[in-house]
Amino acid sequence: MGRAGLPRSLRDWAVLLALLAYATPFFWQLLTSLKPEAELMVLPPLFPSRLTWEHYRVVLGQSVMLRALVNSLGVGVITTVLALGLGIFGAYGIARYPIPGKALLLLLIVGGTAFPQIATVSPLYLLMRALSLRDTWLALILANTSFALPLVIWLLTGFLQEIPVGLEEAASVDGASRPRAFRWIVLPLLAPGLASASLLTFLFSWNEFLFAYTFTATEASRTVPVALALFPGVFEVPWGDIAAASILASIPPVALVVGLQRYLVRGLLSGALRE
Amino acid sequence: MSRGGPAATVIRSQRRASVQGLLLVTPALFALGALTLYPTLWVGWLSLQRRIPIFGVERFEGLGNFFFLATDPRFWKAAQVTLVFTAASVALELVGGVLVALALRGQRAGARVGLSFLLLAWALPSVVTAKLFEWLYNPAAGLVNFLLGGIALNWLGDPRLALPGLILADVWRTLPFVTVLCYARLLAIPVELYEAAQMDGAGAVATFTRITLPLLRRILLIAVLFRTLDALRSFDLMFVLTGGGPAGTTETLTVYAYRSLFQAVQLGLGSAVGVVVFALVMLVAWGYLRALRHEGLAA
Repeated sequence: MGRAGLPRSLRDWAVLLALLAYATPFFWQLLTSLKPEAELMVLPPLFPSRLTWEHYRVVLGQSVMLRALVNSLGVGVITTVLALGLGIFGAYGIARYPIPGKALLLLLIVGGTAFPQIATVSPLYLLMRALSLRDTWLALILANTSFALPLVIWLLTGFLQEIPVGLEEAASVDGASRPRAFRWIVLPLLAPGLASASLLTFLFSWNEFLFAYTFTATEASRTVPVALALFPGVFEVPWGDIAAASILASIPPVALVVGLQRYLVRGLLSGALRE
Repeated sequence: MSRGGPAATVIRSQRRASVQGLLLVTPALFALGALTLYPTLWVGWLSLQRRIPIFGVERFEGLGNFFFLATDPRFWKAAQVTLVFTAASVALELVGGVLVALALRGQRAGARVGLSFLLLAWALPSVVTAKLFEWLYNPAAGLVNFLLGGIALNWLGDPRLALPGLILADVWRTLPFVTVLCYARLLAIPVELYEAAQMDGAGAVATFTRITLPLLRRILLIAVLFRTLDALRSFDLMFVLTGGGPAGTTETLTVYAYRSLFQAVQLGLGSAVGVVVFALVMLVAWGYLRALRHEGLAA
């Protein structure tokens, strides 16, 4: 397949280096975040004379970014728990019970994953204002659930359908009730699927911008992407500080990609490979 | 067994099962209804109104907003930008994504690490991606101009370069998604197929067009669907990277909708643009699902 005589290992190295180069925009930002202020606007040289934590000290010294990290983490975790808590029962009902109108229900759920947020942002804004939820975590959690829940149900229904019904039937023959069979047989088998679904939900919630930008007003609820988009610059753009803030905002996604790649890829695939 | 015999028992237990199923689904259904369905109906209603809260204007207008949009040059410009952005970035992601997947497939060692570098680009918040590229495109100290030999192009400030610059950033961010889908499909193709082709003396090009591409067809259709829907409704990247500028050359329908809603505070008009995006997305989804079903019957 077009390997043109290159020794296998050399070819492997070339591809790996090319992929490393693909991530250059990120590594360049990482390098920028460690450059001394005076060397930022000078290029060449590519590499700074020394590395410094100064920009991180500045960013973490302001309350804005620190608070935003806490907000993003809180909103992300609670959204994930809520979407999974509602989604797991919904998915189990769809996968295992004869519900009237199931086809329509599934269509609504698939459609839900494709909903453009820009279409629902204005009514949700009016809703949050009417409920006095503007600038609270709850507004973001509810709004994020609107796109997280269809995704979770969609993913979990697929994972559940892969688990043979026979296992639960065998358990009920042995006298186990349905909830017991669910708890002791289905749930352990569903664990990898739950991991994939929660990873994707947390990631999408962490990255979400439009709702967070619209429904927040102060530090009290601003998430990381919002704080980054509104990053203050008085006279000049503080590129080093922005770089440090972007790296901080990237830590959870990067950790998930590096540490839990398997579940992430599995979630992505099963989300896309079903009809 | 009371009355009715075994048939009635079956019906009764089936009915009980549907009730249990409905009970399980109800909380999720309620949440979806309140957070997705209700806002969708509401935005339809809003789009039929003239609502400018700062002037205390609030009245029903029928299709007035849509008639206005039909003759609004800014709307058509935004629609054009949206379509160019979507077509170009999906096409580039598709070609690039397949090429990278093919390169990854030949990898004997380090595929996992390589995939990490790719997925990194996909997993970053799009606001971070915007900040990354804003800095890369910096006219004075940006890496892009430096790598192009020290020229001083103002990428995001030049009306001819801003949209290509934006598309490039989007391609960087989403190409890995296409790669992951194709790579998984490629791994499932039996090696024997390629060995047989090699024995028959098929070259690399013939192997690709006759074996690999037909087997990738279905997954590519799915990738195109997902990516087209995402591109049509994407907002964060252009809003943060270029803000729709310069001179509206990167203003997509989503940015136009947002501006109308929350900067001009014309809730009715902004909602109407949102409804257009919604209709566009649903139209594409419906068209593709039909194509996929057709594909499924043919395959």
